[in-house]
Amino acid sequence: MAVNIKKLPRKKYVLPGNAACPGCPETMGFRYLGMALGEKAVVVIPAGCSSVIQGMWPRNGWGLPVLNIVFAAGAAAASGLARAMERRGVDAQVVVWAGDGGTADIGLQALSGAAERGENIIYICVDNEAYMNTGIQRSGLTPHGAWTTTTHRGNPGRKKPLPQIVAAHKVPYVATASVGYPWDFIAKLRKAASIKGFKYIHLHAPCPVGWRFDPALTHKIAQLAVETGAWILYEYENGRLHLNPPSTRLLDPSKRKPLEEYIKLQGRFRGLSEKDMEELKREIEENWEDIRAVLRAQGGL
Amino acid sequence: MAVKKPMRGNEAVAYAAKLARVQVVAAYPITPQTIIVEKIDELIANGEMDATMIHVESEHSALAATYGAAMGGVRAFTATASHGLAYMYEMLWWAAASRVPIVMAVVTRAIGPPWNIHVEHADIMSIRDSGWLVSMAENNQEALDLTLLMFRVTEDPRVYLPGVVGLDGFILSHTVEPVEIPDQETVDEFLPPRRQPYTIEPGPAIAMGNIMPDEVFEKHRMDMHASNRAAEEAVREAGRLYGRLTGRDYSSLVECYRCSGADALIVGMGSWMGDAKIAVDRLREKGLRFGVLRLRWVRPFPWSEIREAAAGKKLLLVMDRSVSFGHAGPLFLEVSSAVEARPSMVGVLAGVGGVDVSYEDIERIASEAYRLVEEKGHVYIPALWYHLGEFYPMSPGPLPTRLPEMPQAPLPSSQEGR
Amino acid sequence: MSEGESRGGAPAPVLESGGHLYPVSAAAPGSMGRTGFWRLQRPVVRAERCTGCYLCWLYCPEAVIDMAEGAGPRGQDIPVIDYEYCKGCGVCATACPVKAIEMVDEEQFLMKMLEEDAGGR
Repeated sequence: MAVNIKKLPRKKYVLPGNAACPGCPETMGFRYLGMALGEKAVVVIPAGCSSVIQGMWPRNGWGLPVLNIVFAAGAAAASGLARAMERRGVDAQVVVWAGDGGTADIGLQALSGAAERGENIIYICVDNEAYMNTGIQRSGLTPHGAWTTTTHRGNPGRKKPLPQIVAAHKVPYVATASVGYPWDFIAKLRKAASIKGFKYIHLHAPCPVGWRFDPALTHKIAQLAVETGAWILYEYENGRLHLNPPSTRLLDPSKRKPLEEYIKLQGRFRGLSEKDMEELKREIEENWEDIRAVLRAQGGL
Repeated sequence: MAVKKPMRGNEAVAYAAKLARVQVVAAYPITPQTIIVEKIDELIANGEMDATMIHVESEHSALAATYGAAMGGVRAFTATASHGLAYMYEMLWWAAASRVPIVMAVVTRAIGPPWNIHVEHADIMSIRDSGWLVSMAENNQEALDLTLLMFRVTEDPRVYLPGVVGLDGFILSHTVEPVEIPDQETVDEFLPPRRQPYTIEPGPAIAMGNIMPDEVFEKHRMDMHASNRAAEEAVREAGRLYGRLTGRDYSSLVECYRCSGADALIVGMGSWMGDAKIAVDRLREKGLRFGVLRLRWVRPFPWSEIREAAAGKKLLLVMDRSVSFGHAGPLFLEVSSAVEARPSMVGVLAGVGGVDVSYEDIERIASEAYRLVEEKGHVYIPALWYHLGEFYPMSPGPLPTRLPEMPQAPLPSSQEGR
Repeated sequence: MSEGESRGGAPAPVLESGGHLYPVSAAAPGSMGRTGFWRLQRPVVRAERCTGCYLCWLYCPEAVIDMAEGAGPRGQDIPVIDYEYCKGCGVCATACPVKAIEMVDEEQFLMKMLEEDAGGR
């Protein structure tokens, strides 16, 4: 379903003058959330940047009803809220807007429980690849080799494959998205809103402060992640996987931009050794190989 | 028509949730609460209760989901015990300061290690700072009645705080007693449609919980404190109305048994206060003029009732079924704070970890406390631990400490000498 | 979904404030004050170059860009920036495919404005 940018709602779902850093991907993403779901959305926000971006009482920077909740409880609170909406016959889209910490680490239990129960919610993981709100500490979604304040010599681990973990719960819809491709994210949100059951969208959100890049480049970095193959755009619909453009043509590694183009713009990778770079490339190719394996099994390759 | 049926305390609580027209229940099983969850599931399954159950994956999520439902504008209920209550501790504070009415049952149980599923009051006392209203049932009838009362009181705009109904693990939860179940019509008259200050639903873009200036935060907490105190009046009014509708009056935050003509009071909460009443009857026969001052409510704290009952008394014997390690029993500390011109006060710790305390034990404890007063004229003993028939002074300060002989379980040889 | 599920129709609760202070705020601009003061550089729109593609509006993280319909020299929609709140991140300038937005030093811009004002009297 094509998205006509000029026809998107002009209403501000992010109110200017909030506490976000200049160039913040979360405010970008939240604008798209509002544009896609509009007045029906109610948003549950566990602790993270998006809690603080709201600024100070009596004002709040998000233009949708928001329930702030403790770090571990995003999906659980949303489950209760969604059931209440259902019982009252209120037409609502209950959304969890959680960071990588509130999803992959402390929030993983509640996420898994809600997915298993098939709660009728849209769970969005806004992934800036570290605990940014508390000052750039590593998370389970920090990529290999990245500097954070708790991985000074570069992260020895690798990103937890969250979309795959959620997909393994056999929920109706799992997708990846990026703030560099707003029309793709909006289309996916609209699709999710039309499905009853547990929906998950993993939004790649490059953070200028934590990744150490010029804030004018947030969307560019997001696009480079996709163009180099480091981030892959795809959807699982009822267990069936398909890639989204431009990732569709990037199955072929020769069509991807060299990974260096993505890495060199980010200060968090400045200390990356050649060995680490090779490891990163290997992991990325492994992710693509997993995709290929699924597509083959589906008979689509 | 009200119906009298034999049932366990947990079932009584389940029936109360049903009568209160609870819409959403999110709970996680833990002994000795499990029967509440099972009974509610059964009532829903056979069509007797119109509610949704969310089979959450932990207690933290149980309270979070119950809270989410309450925020969505429906009556929501949960239940837990011991470790489960400890697990949801963070959410307790979040729920209270959000000012959204929720009712929870806590089936009191010891917290390990070692594993212990028997009654103790450590769990329910550990949440008394959080802003939640706290009540404790003496018997299964009270477990049902207090649950209904809690729905009304928490949804009173003067209060708007969540509330806990405590019932003792196994002693009440699993023991069958006759319970009168009010009919739905009576309960509908007692419980008006749910009231709450705000909801999170599609509509005006409000946010619950973003940062406040510290000074406003403090004001908010002052308001919470005042509201918890204001619950006193809400409890009295609701209790009076309940009395008119069912014949069981709950207009007092305490129950005073044979307090008139007493010069000594046993003060405490929970099921063992029923045993204390029997002990008091026996003590009276022996000329020891005891009464029982039973706290039905811990929060709000029944300040005036305690001061009034304590006036002119020679001895207050406060019985705690848990200890604040390093000081004394929590009820003792709270009751001491309420009584100004102090009678003698003795705080006894007993029954911790579910050790059985019979009315004979209570009689022995009361006699000993009275004897100490007669002997010394005036005593103030914060912590006297009654264990297997013996008294072990364990008060802070210069008072002596004595421990029973501890059985030694030798560590495996590989650990010794480390 | 569990059994005995919603037979629906649970009534809406009665909303009554009770006069308390709630940790509830309302959506409004300026929740962190006048964030325009954060700026080290400001985006300046060169309307003559603008093609009205809406990409700056789309990517702006602060929602400080509004599109003025038909306001451009060729009748195209052009961006209008709210400098009260614009944080000067530069995403709009980078997103513009025709370089119709230029990031200029904020201090210099303000000095120039003051000079022009003084000169005009």
